[in-house]
Amino acid sequence: MSDHHEHDHARTFQPDHPEPTSDAALVGVALRELLMEGGHYTVEEEQAMIARMQGASPENGATLVVRAWTDVDFKERLLANGAETIKEMGFDLLPTEFTVLENTQTIHNVIVCTLCSCYPRALLGMSPAWYKSKNYRSRVVREPRAVLEEFGVDLSDDVEVRVHDSTAELRYMVLPQRPSGSDGWSDEKLMAIVTRNSLIGTQRDLNV
Amino acid sequence: MSQPRFATGQRVRIADRTPPIHHRVPAYAKGHIGTIERICGIHGQPEKFIRGDGVPRERLYRVSISQTDLWPAYRGTNIDRLDIEIFEHWLEPAE
Repeated sequence: MSDHHEHDHARTFQPDHPEPTSDAALVGVALRELLMEGGHYTVEEEQAMIARMQGASPENGATLVVRAWTDVDFKERLLANGAETIKEMGFDLLPTEFTVLENTQTIHNVIVCTLCSCYPRALLGMSPAWYKSKNYRSRVVREPRAVLEEFGVDLSDDVEVRVHDSTAELRYMVLPQRPSGSDGWSDEKLMAIVTRNSLIGTQRDLNV
Repeated sequence: MSQPRFATGQRVRIADRTPPIHHRVPAYAKGHIGTIERICGIHGQPEKFIRGDGVPRERLYRVSISQTDLWPAYRGTNIDRLDIEIFEHWLEPAE
């Protein structure tokens, strides 16, 4: 009789992941094995989903921003019906509602998920560590101006701060303002100045 | 699905209750009054879903609340606001 312990597929889906040590992590592994044994999804489907998630990056957001800056009709559709318009551009949002929030001279938008760490991952990829931190999540709702200042965003009193708490089904992306001095730039050059933080709202002015 | 109970711009109060089950209304927003910013369509309702009652669907709204109403010691201007997604059964008409 062999005492060889079979490490089955369920343990090896992400070879770079550490072995689970906490109870919660073990429950997660067990749940995943049960779902697979029950035929709810396959390893292949799971891997394809992970690859899609990891394939997304803030560049997707920058593509939308640049098109919105250069095509007024597109911008109007993007703001009115984010999910449909983004899908038109060929991005796969999975089953997510998507809302684009436009910064203006008098409005600054910033997004957060106070309850967990909801993030427009299907479009922008993995969220930065600070976005998931308790510090950011608890403070940006009650003292957004102080938090934004720590990110280097200096807002005058005539700019309205809108914090968007992603509590349920919607995911958000901020449409930053096109900076002055970027007239006549190519799409590639414009793409390069759109940062991840500007899509979250923790950066306001883009560097030209 | 029935018509929306609330209209864009309507004043609503977010219920102040704490069901002993997963729900997606943060404590800081409970009991506060805001206005309907937009109607966000019909979505799976998390409290019932977590109880294993299938995925009943319900209308979701975005409610816009003034920051100075939300936080007594708010450091900012009275034009600042916070927008949050709330399911219909958490809302009641205000005034």
